[in-house]
Amino acid sequence: MKCIVCMTHVPDTASIIKIGADGKHIDETGIKWIVSPYDEYALEEALKLADEGKADEVTVVTYGPQRAEAGLRECLARGAHKAVHIVGGEKTLGDSLAIAKVLAAALKDREYDVILVGVKGVGTDNSQVGQMLAELLDLPHVSNVVKIDWNDGAVAVEREVEGGHEVVESPLPAVLTAQKGLNEPRYAALKGIMAAKRKPVEKIELSALGLDEDTLAGADATYNVRSLELPPEKAAGTIIQGEDDPQAAAAELVKLLHEEAKAF
Amino acid sequence: METSVGEQYEQVRDLVVSFCKKKIAPGAAKRDQSAEFPSGILHEMGELGLFGIFVPEELGGAGMDLMTYLMIIEEIAKVDASIAVTISVTNSVCGWPLLHFGTREQQERYLRPIASGEELGGFMLTEPEAGSDAASLKTRYRDVGDAFILNGTKAWITNAGVAKTFVCMATKDPSLGAHGISAFILDADQEGVIFDKPEEKMGLRSSKTGMVTLDNVRVPKSALLGREGQGFSIALATLDHSRLGIAAQAVGIARGALEEALRYARDRRQFGRPLYDHQAIGFRLAEMDTEIAAARALLQEAARAAMTPRRHSRESARAKLFASEMCNRVVASAIQIHGGYGYSKEYAIERMYRDARVTTVYEGTSEVQKIVISRALKQAAESL
Repeated sequence: MKCIVCMTHVPDTASIIKIGADGKHIDETGIKWIVSPYDEYALEEALKLADEGKADEVTVVTYGPQRAEAGLRECLARGAHKAVHIVGGEKTLGDSLAIAKVLAAALKDREYDVILVGVKGVGTDNSQVGQMLAELLDLPHVSNVVKIDWNDGAVAVEREVEGGHEVVESPLPAVLTAQKGLNEPRYAALKGIMAAKRKPVEKIELSALGLDEDTLAGADATYNVRSLELPPEKAAGTIIQGEDDPQAAAAELVKLLHEEAKAF
Repeated sequence: METSVGEQYEQVRDLVVSFCKKKIAPGAAKRDQSAEFPSGILHEMGELGLFGIFVPEELGGAGMDLMTYLMIIEEIAKVDASIAVTISVTNSVCGWPLLHFGTREQQERYLRPIASGEELGGFMLTEPEAGSDAASLKTRYRDVGDAFILNGTKAWITNAGVAKTFVCMATKDPSLGAHGISAFILDADQEGVIFDKPEEKMGLRSSKTGMVTLDNVRVPKSALLGREGQGFSIALATLDHSRLGIAAQAVGIARGALEEALRYARDRRQFGRPLYDHQAIGFRLAEMDTEIAAARALLQEAARAAMTPRRHSRESARAKLFASEMCNRVVASAIQIHGGYGYSKEYAIERMYRDARVTTVYEGTSEVQKIVISRALKQAAESL
């Protein structure tokens, strides 16, 4: 089998996010970039197939700026065989359809049996690229995947639904979007990190796909950020002083829990 | 350390920091109390390539440079000094002499399984009556034609009972002094290698250290490391290298202690404000930070010297001396900042204080480092 894994390079989930000067983007100063955790699940599933001898090629694809190459190298270090870097994406950030169009254009003439994508890119959290990509490539898709049984030319997939799991069968090739719980992603071994330096990263310019970023972000845009705002700061907690009269303090606590917090 | 060249350096640091946070840090306090050896974690670390960090890839290692190795030891020591020494000993006092003095056959047979993460390694120099005066060791070997027979007792052996391969020093005749000593590669599973129960230590409690008795151990001729009589010089060269790892461990423990102290000084309020707003505390933190940076700079200088072909005994001894003494000052300061809570096992600083103590003792005491440095100075004085 040949597996494609789509990867997006996102701010570390532990980053302290600040809004940039234009009010529409985050301030990228000092941000550490990582492989989106949901894409790690997607990659791990492909690498497990390779470990079991069921997949002979795992290719990681990203559409992102130059720095995203570090994310591809991380995936190569964990064991992916090849990487494809479609350079760009700064103007279409968060526009799921634009991203899906670019990925579809890059993938349409490639050979693959499955495309694995994280259920969402951490940060923008749109949860749409996988499904849109499947539509553009005219492939079946299953989202929110937490378990995959690989059969000959088909998969039986468990997907997370409200209150339980749904089992879906799909022919291959298909697009599957990986949800937390699918597996536990591995670490890159030191040898893998060294080996990744020697693995190929294919660079593709948007023009070679017959696309350009200005059109994607302009005339064809389906997504437009008006402004970004940080959530309001959490209000400080209340401390009830009770050393002198614990009974009164307990009564006050019960009253506040009931009337203010409406805990009961 | 910013002097490193490899672009993979930061990637390796991210990997190690993330592994430490998820896998090592959560159980560190519990392992300290139970003195349980973390076999499962070490197995994973072996698979990641952390047993053969600077062993070339063609011998199954990770092929990284010395700076990367030291950064890894420092990051591990920051969260668990016990695991740091287990890893450091395997890479350094066992892996390094096999790499530098072993034949290709010896490297294939003994180094490859270590470098590829299957086995731990160790080093047998110290004896009950030969500590700082290592050249007076009494473990004897005799040549019986097709093999050597070793007899004696080794003490304070890190990874005793958990490692498979040891580099072991023995003498043909104690009256020959340093020139009588040879280095052998010892397989822990050989008949006559008897591991005593591990020592009950003050710190580094989840690393294993113990006495080893060698009772007519038959070592094949092919397991002589280097030439006969070269053993003591192999031991000294190995220590020049391994002291860098212990200096890195000391810097790591100190960084961990500073972080604990900072967190406490931020959260603890006295006299109406956080501790770190009291100048006495703020100044102490500033001194700790400066001392750590100074030790690290010395370590980097020694590491740069070690990456050249010339001997670097003085640089290694300086870095190890300063880093270990600094580490003890920093953990003591961190306890002082914690006040009474620092004396409680509920706070990680109590463990760090105990773990730090051995750094001025093992891999050559501070006094031995001063002997090494002052001898080098005396030599330099002659050409003044």
